[in-house]
Amino acid sequence: MPTLLSAWFNSHQPNLHPPSFYSLSLFRSSHPPPSPNPTLAMALSRFASSSRSGSLLKPLSSAISLRRPISTDTTPITLETSVPFTAHQCEAPSRTVQTSANELLTFFRDMALMRRMEIAADSLYKAKLIRGFCHLYDGQEAVAVGMEAALTKKDCIITAYRDHCTFMARGGTLLEVFAELMGRQAGCSRGKGGSMHFYKKDSNFYGGHGIVGAQVPLGCGLAFAQKYSKDEAVTFALYGDGAANQGQLFEALNISALWDLPAILVCENNHYGMGTAEWRAAKSPAYYKRGDYSPGLKVDGMDVLAVKQACTFAKEHALKNGPIILEMDTYRYHGHSMSDPGSTYRTRDEITGVRQERDPIERIRKLILSHDLATEKELKDIEKEVRKEVDDAIAQAKENPVPESSELFTNVYAKGLGVESFGADRKEVRATLP
Amino acid sequence: MGALRDCQVDARQTEDGTPLPPRASSIIELLFPFFFQKREKKSRGEKMLVVRKKMLGQSLLIRPAVSVLRSYSSSAKQMTVRDALNSALDEEMSADQKVFLMGEEVGEYQGAYKISKGLLEKYGPERVLDTPITEAGFAGIAVGAAYHGLKPVVEFMTFNFSMQAIDHIINSAAKSNYMSAGQMSVPIVFRGPNGAAAGVGAQHSQCYAAWYASCPGLKVLTPYSSEDARGLLKAAIRDPDPVVFLENELLYGESFSVSDEVLDSSFCLPIGKAKIERVGRDVTITAFSKMVGHALKAAEILEKDGIDAEVINLRSIRPLDRSTINASVRKTNRLITVEEGFPQHGVGAEICASVVEESFAYLDAPVERIAGADVPMPYAANLERLAVPQVEDIVRAAKRACYRSVPLAAAA
Repeated sequence: MPTLLSAWFNSHQPNLHPPSFYSLSLFRSSHPPPSPNPTLAMALSRFASSSRSGSLLKPLSSAISLRRPISTDTTPITLETSVPFTAHQCEAPSRTVQTSANELLTFFRDMALMRRMEIAADSLYKAKLIRGFCHLYDGQEAVAVGMEAALTKKDCIITAYRDHCTFMARGGTLLEVFAELMGRQAGCSRGKGGSMHFYKKDSNFYGGHGIVGAQVPLGCGLAFAQKYSKDEAVTFALYGDGAANQGQLFEALNISALWDLPAILVCENNHYGMGTAEWRAAKSPAYYKRGDYSPGLKVDGMDVLAVKQACTFAKEHALKNGPIILEMDTYRYHGHSMSDPGSTYRTRDEITGVRQERDPIERIRKLILSHDLATEKELKDIEKEVRKEVDDAIAQAKENPVPESSELFTNVYAKGLGVESFGADRKEVRATLP
Repeated sequence: MGALRDCQVDARQTEDGTPLPPRASSIIELLFPFFFQKREKKSRGEKMLVVRKKMLGQSLLIRPAVSVLRSYSSSAKQMTVRDALNSALDEEMSADQKVFLMGEEVGEYQGAYKISKGLLEKYGPERVLDTPITEAGFAGIAVGAAYHGLKPVVEFMTFNFSMQAIDHIINSAAKSNYMSAGQMSVPIVFRGPNGAAAGVGAQHSQCYAAWYASCPGLKVLTPYSSEDARGLLKAAIRDPDPVVFLENELLYGESFSVSDEVLDSSFCLPIGKAKIERVGRDVTITAFSKMVGHALKAAEILEKDGIDAEVINLRSIRPLDRSTINASVRKTNRLITVEEGFPQHGVGAEICASVVEESFAYLDAPVERIAGADVPMPYAANLERLAVPQVEDIVRAAKRACYRSVPLAAAA
């Protein structure tokens, strides 16, 4: 029986090694622990693949029509990151990562959801339902998802204005996102913040900041508070390659290093600061080295497993030794914001090239398929589900009312002291601040 | 309430720091004080003092009606503004573990102006933190700590240096509660000397009251006396919103009388309430910080010319106590605003606009503004004197408002 199966499989190998900058390198541990799942298909696929490393198998189930659920299997799977980590002033973590079917499928779903959400936001902006600034994160999903996988909700995250997906990763809902973008009451900031000011304090997500670079000292401050309160938790302060040249970043890093704060500075290097390429903005675009005395790590930001590994390493490091810099090599498909077509300072070929070869969701899809953790149809179904979720949330958000006019005057202060505030015509519109 | 009984403090005397009347030395004096006291005509204003204080919820004590048989304390304790600030910081840090102090030289140097003297020894380097000379960095770090629930007190060596950190004060601190619809309150205090010192030149002499007070989401306080310093700093530290606390270097060494109530560790002044330092009926003079002293001196001079000035110590620039100011103007019908800072778009401009909007019909004369000269601060002593309001400027403006610039005899 096994020989027949092997023969059948050999003739049906799909080509899962397309040319790429970052080749997938997979190996399976030869003696996986016994799985609690006794279905025939799973047992057969594991048997078949363990007999050869790097084998690419079409799942048996499609041949024998066995209905197999999406795997919730938490059996460890060992994989390698796309590229090894590059380290500065520290020893790089291993490129071997432990994951599981459950985790990979969660990654896939989360990233697909984020992707779909950002594309939908693009349409809403063009339909003029979203106003002002709208900075989209599609292409960079692996950073948000991988980071969240390495953290707990006790750890803090703070980022700049490209915050929709980071907010989702911290536990935000689609309705909160779309309602906020459209300026409705159900938004996470009740419509008063907008795209750049998402917050979720109960998950230790501190926004959402419009001033480039400001979030880095704020993040170091969060780390200070965690150390002061002996939280045994860390703060991840995200910034872009454009913000990496900000003076206040170095001021904050200096203080963090002096005071041993558990701060991790994460440079999401998508290679463009608005319309300015990194080589035109930074004399030294090796952002992971710019910490000088602080150690740094360069990470493939399109590989969610590498991101998770780096963040786990950084968290451990920061708790013991103070600040560390992570440079996530990533890419954004959209322009800087919805006002920027994104093609005047880079070629369309570059964008499609990255999309074909480095897309984070495609990477995970290939991993899942090659490890037979789900069928292509199942993954497509997930994508359909996710699309429906997004559409439903948008419909719900569109129905949601705009804030009451009285909201103009709420939350100016936490404690208003009964002070008076005024509208444009102060003889017409006055309010007492609660 | 025991404190109330033991002290008798008259508003005017306290603020000038002059001693109280001597203790009774015989039983006759005790029983019949009337015959022994210097009889001064009690102005309507003084009688109003009691009523006004009750109305405005002032914390200052009132002279008890029947005080003969009670024992007076000896002259109330004198305290410098420096000590007042130091004690306020000490008590608030002691009461709440989340309060910490951060700034240049606040620790080992004992404070650039010795405001934080002794605090490092008492609370340790985890809570009294010396920073490098990087205002943008450490102000941002402090705001981040406030996001996470701590209560930072950030010292700027002078508020001129706060301009390096002003993005964090305005965009990261003041606006966060609003932008997050109440999720992120920022219980931070930014404090330090503000305004002109003596001979420090243009870059070290600016007054920032008007700049910060224009920003919704901030509270801006300007203490004058030691009582103000203690009460307002305590209130600022306890307040859940970002507070800009503008001190004055030249006031640090000045002594004021403080009552036992002020010295109590629970003492606190309300934010947003001005104090009437001197009750009057002819003209209202508003001032804050060092200018309150100038205004009080001007009021004494004006009294000799028969002009009874009411001096309001604003204490709080944002929120501005518009009701106290307007009530006063409705009584006196004339207004002088005094401030040290640049005149254009200043605090006086806001007060004038507020009075014109709410009490126009009560004004008998145009509102007068006394402010710093519309120039960067010069160094030469004579020029510096011209650039900062002097007592005679306030006197002259008050006389103008009372249409008394020209002596009455000449007008006849």
